[in-house]
Amino acid sequence: MSETEIYSLRVNGKQREVVDSWLGESLLYVLRERLGLPGSKGACEQGECGSCTVVIDGAAVCSCLVLAASAVDADIKTIEGFSDGELTDVQQAFIDEGAVQCGFCTPGLIVAVHHLLENTPQPTEIKVKEALSGNLCRCTGYGRIFAAVTRVIEQRAQQ
Amino acid sequence: MGGSILGNRVLRKEDPKFLTEGGKYVDDLLDEPLLANALHVTYARSTVAHGKINSIDVSEASQMDGIVAIFTGADLDLQQVPSAFNPMATRTLLATDKVRYVGEPVVAIVSETRSQGEDALDAIIIDYDVLPALIDLEKAMASDLHLYEACGSNVVFDTMVLGLPDNTGEAYFADCEVVVKGRFMNQRVAPCPLEVRGAAASWGENGRLTQWLSTQHAQGAVAPIAAANGVEEALIHVKTPDVGGGFGAKIGAYPEELLLGPIAKRVGKPVRWRETRSESMVALGHGRAQLQYVTIGGNRSGKVTHYQLWAIQDSGAWVDMGTILAPFMTRPMSSGVYDIPNIECRTTSVVTNTTPIVAYRGAGRPEATAAIERAMDMFAAKIGMDPAEVRRINLIPKFLEPHTTVVGQTYDVGDYETSLNKALEVSDYAGWREKQKAARARGDVKQLGIGVSIYVEITGGVGNGEAAKVEILDNGHALIYTGTSPHGQGHATAWAMLASEQTGIPMEKIDLVWGDTDLVPVGTGTMGSRSLQQGGNAVFAVSAELVNKAKAVAARLLEANEADIVLDKDSAAFHVAGTPALTKTWSELAQAEKSVGGALSHSDVIGVTGATFPFGAHVAIVEVDTETGKVTHLRHFACDDAGRVLNPLLLEGQIHGGVAQGTAQALLEEVVYDTDGNPTTSNLMDYAFISAAELPSIDVIHMETPTPLNLLGAKGIGESGTIGSTPAVQSAVIDAVSHLGVDHIDMPTTPQRVWEAIVAAN
Repeated sequence: MSETEIYSLRVNGKQREVVDSWLGESLLYVLRERLGLPGSKGACEQGECGSCTVVIDGAAVCSCLVLAASAVDADIKTIEGFSDGELTDVQQAFIDEGAVQCGFCTPGLIVAVHHLLENTPQPTEIKVKEALSGNLCRCTGYGRIFAAVTRVIEQRAQQ
Repeated sequence: MGGSILGNRVLRKEDPKFLTEGGKYVDDLLDEPLLANALHVTYARSTVAHGKINSIDVSEASQMDGIVAIFTGADLDLQQVPSAFNPMATRTLLATDKVRYVGEPVVAIVSETRSQGEDALDAIIIDYDVLPALIDLEKAMASDLHLYEACGSNVVFDTMVLGLPDNTGEAYFADCEVVVKGRFMNQRVAPCPLEVRGAAASWGENGRLTQWLSTQHAQGAVAPIAAANGVEEALIHVKTPDVGGGFGAKIGAYPEELLLGPIAKRVGKPVRWRETRSESMVALGHGRAQLQYVTIGGNRSGKVTHYQLWAIQDSGAWVDMGTILAPFMTRPMSSGVYDIPNIECRTTSVVTNTTPIVAYRGAGRPEATAAIERAMDMFAAKIGMDPAEVRRINLIPKFLEPHTTVVGQTYDVGDYETSLNKALEVSDYAGWREKQKAARARGDVKQLGIGVSIYVEITGGVGNGEAAKVEILDNGHALIYTGTSPHGQGHATAWAMLASEQTGIPMEKIDLVWGDTDLVPVGTGTMGSRSLQQGGNAVFAVSAELVNKAKAVAARLLEANEADIVLDKDSAAFHVAGTPALTKTWSELAQAEKSVGGALSHSDVIGVTGATFPFGAHVAIVEVDTETGKVTHLRHFACDDAGRVLNPLLLEGQIHGGVAQGTAQALLEEVVYDTDGNPTTSNLMDYAFISAAELPSIDVIHMETPTPLNLLGAKGIGESGTIGSTPAVQSAVIDAVSHLGVDHIDMPTTPQRVWEAIVAAN
C-alpha cells in the first residue's frame, strides 16, 4: 500500500516533480499537498461539487476523481494558471457582477467558465446552465454567476 | 466634497484573491509554521442510531502503518458535559456509554497522513447493544425509551415549562364561521456549506493553545475550548482563516473541534482535522425539522380572528441550539405580518436518534412564516377568496412606531401592504392569474402555479452591540478590527465603506481583521443577520470617534483650537478651517502619535437598543407537469425591505442566495433516515443540493424603510430571502394543482409527492 515512486506532472506549463507520493493519491491531493497549489478546493471528493475542477488536455475534470500518477504526460491547468498578474475577463466579470461570496466554489467555477467559453464562445442559456450545473455553490444562488458569464460572452462578441 | 459612498454599488475588494489563487481556508494552512509536521485526526463514528457501547477494540488498528495513537473517551478521561439548554442532558465529547445517532464520534485516530487514518477506521471494532431507533418525532415524544434518562422524557424543552399556557384546542375556535386545520412538516435539511468543517490545534512552549477553526464566531469558541482543555481562557488563541460558508451551522464549536487540543497535548505534536463530505452530512448540524399543527379561524369575509400553532421541534440527538429555536424564534414570530387578535402557540422540543439540529439560515423564523402563510392559503381556499386578498385584509397597517403583536413581540417599523403591492405589481400577479385561468380552461398538462408570501422576521436579535477598533498605520492605511466574522457576506468591503465614509481614507487602503481572539478579544460573530446593524454600526461610530481623536492631534501639531480643525474627506487630510494649504494627513498624525509613545486608534463596544424586523413580500411562479408531478420554478419576485441599504451589490447577493436556499427547501432538499436511523442522504449525490440547473430567474424589488434603532438605519438581509421564498414556492406548487382538489403538499414538493397528491385528490 505504501509503494511510492517519483514521477512528474506538467502543471500550468511547468514540469513539477512529485516525490514521496503514494501512487494511489488523487490529483487534487497531489496538487494541494505535494505541489503546494491549494487553489483547487476539495468539498466532496466524489466528483459531485466541482470545486476541484482543473483542465487536463483540454477537458474540464474533477481532480478528486483523477489518479495523479495517471496524468503524467498530460497538460494540467489549475486555477493558479489563469491569471498572470492581470485578472482574466472572466475573473473581472465575477467581481463586476458580484458572483463571489465565500469563495470556496469560485476557483472551480472560474476554471469551468473559461473552459466553457473557450469551447463554446456563444453558448445558449441552457448550455451555460448545463455546463455549470456540476459546480455547486451554496452562497450566490447562481444568478450573479450567470450574469458574469453573460457579461463575458457579450464582451467577447464585441471584440 | 464628494458624495457619500454609502448606498453605492461598490465592488468587493476581497474578490481577487478568491478568483486567482483561491481563499485560504483551514485546510489550506500548508505553510503555517505552528502546524509543521502536524498529525491528522480521524474520527470513528457510530454506525448505529441508538445503542449501548459494549466494547471498543482498537488493537488491530493501532498496529497499522502510520498510526500514532488511538483514543477512546475513556482514554482521554472525558467527563459528562451538560447541554446549555437543558442541563439534565449530558454527554461526553466522544461517546462512551451510549451512542445516539449515526455519525456520533466515538474514537479518535491520530495518524501521520490523512489516508492512514481513514484506512484504520475499518479496523476499529465497536460492539453495540442496539436499542430501538427513535426517528419519528411523535413516536419519540410518546416513547418510554429515553435518549437521556436523566431528563425523564424525550421532551427536553417546552413552553409550558416556561410558564406559558397550553393550547386550548377546538374550543378556542367556537366563535369562528370558518375553521381550517393543517399538519405541516417543515422538513429537516442540511446546511451544506461548500467548505466542510476543519480545524487545527498547536500548543506553544508558552503553554498556550492556538486553534484554527472554520467558524462564524471565534470568540464564542474560546470558553468551550478552554473547558475541554481544562485551562484558563487566557491560554486559548482562536484564529479564523477564510471560511467557506456557514449558514448557521458553524456558530457553535463541535466535539471534533474541541477534542483537538487534548489530543495534540497527548501526542505532543500539532494536529489537523478535516471531515469528509459524507461525515459533514451526518455530523454538521442540520436545520429546520419542525412539525406543525396549525388551526386558523375567522369569518367568511376574510378576517382571521384566531390562530393556534403547536410547533414540535426535532432537536436531534443532542440538546443543541435547534432546541430553543421553536420557543424563542418561531413562537414570537407566530403572528407574522398579520393583525390576529387571538393567538395560541405552544412549542415542544424533542430529542430523536438523528443528527442534532442547529441554526440554519432563518433559524425558527422560516418555520413561523411557513406555518402562518400556509394557514392563510388554506383559509383563503376555504372561503374561495384570492390568497393575496385575504392577506391584505389581515395585514398590520403601516407603522413607524413600535408595534406589539398579541404574542408579545414588538416590531420596530413595518409597511407590509406596500411590499405586497410592489410584489404583486412588478410580478404582474393579475396577468399570471389570467394565464393560469386560461391554462386551466384548456386543461393543459402543464399548469401554472402562483404563490404569494409576506413575512416579517427578527434580525440582530443576538447580541446587544458589537466591538470595533480602527487603527491608523504609519503609512496612513487603516486597519479595522471587527467582532463580526465574514464568510461570504463581504465585510471587508462593507466595513471599509463605512470607515472610508467617516475618515476619507480610500477603501483600498483599509483592511479588515476578524476572528483572531488575540487581536479581537470581544465579538459576537456573524449570525442572525446581525453583522451590519451591530458590527457595521460599531465600525461607523468608532470611525467617527477616531476622527475626533485625530482632530485633537492635528490641533496640537497645527497649534490651533481643536474646534477649528476640519477633515477634508476628499484628500483625507486635516487643516484649520480657512487655511486649507497647511494640512496634516492621517499618516502624519499616526506618526506623531507614535513618536510620543501613543497610537492613533480608537476602540469601543457600541450598543444597540434592540432587534430589527425586516419584512417583505415574495411572488413565485411555477409550472407543474400534472402527469409527472415535475415542478419547474419559472420566476421569482422578491421585495425585501432591509432598511437603508449600504451596498446594493452585497444586498442582492444575500437575497439571491437566500432565495436559492428557500426554493431548495420548498422543491428539492430533505435529509432522510430509514426506520433504523440510517441516513440515506449522506453525500451530495443522494442529497438534492440545488444546482444551477434548477434556479429560476430572480427579480429583486427595491424597498427601504429605515429602522431608528441604529445609526445606519439598517436591518438584516442575510436570511430574509430564505424566509420569504420558501412558503411562496411551496404555495405556488400547491396552487398549480389546487383546481384538481389538492389542498396541501409537504415540502419538498418532489415530483413523487406532487403526483401522489394529484392521484389522491382524484
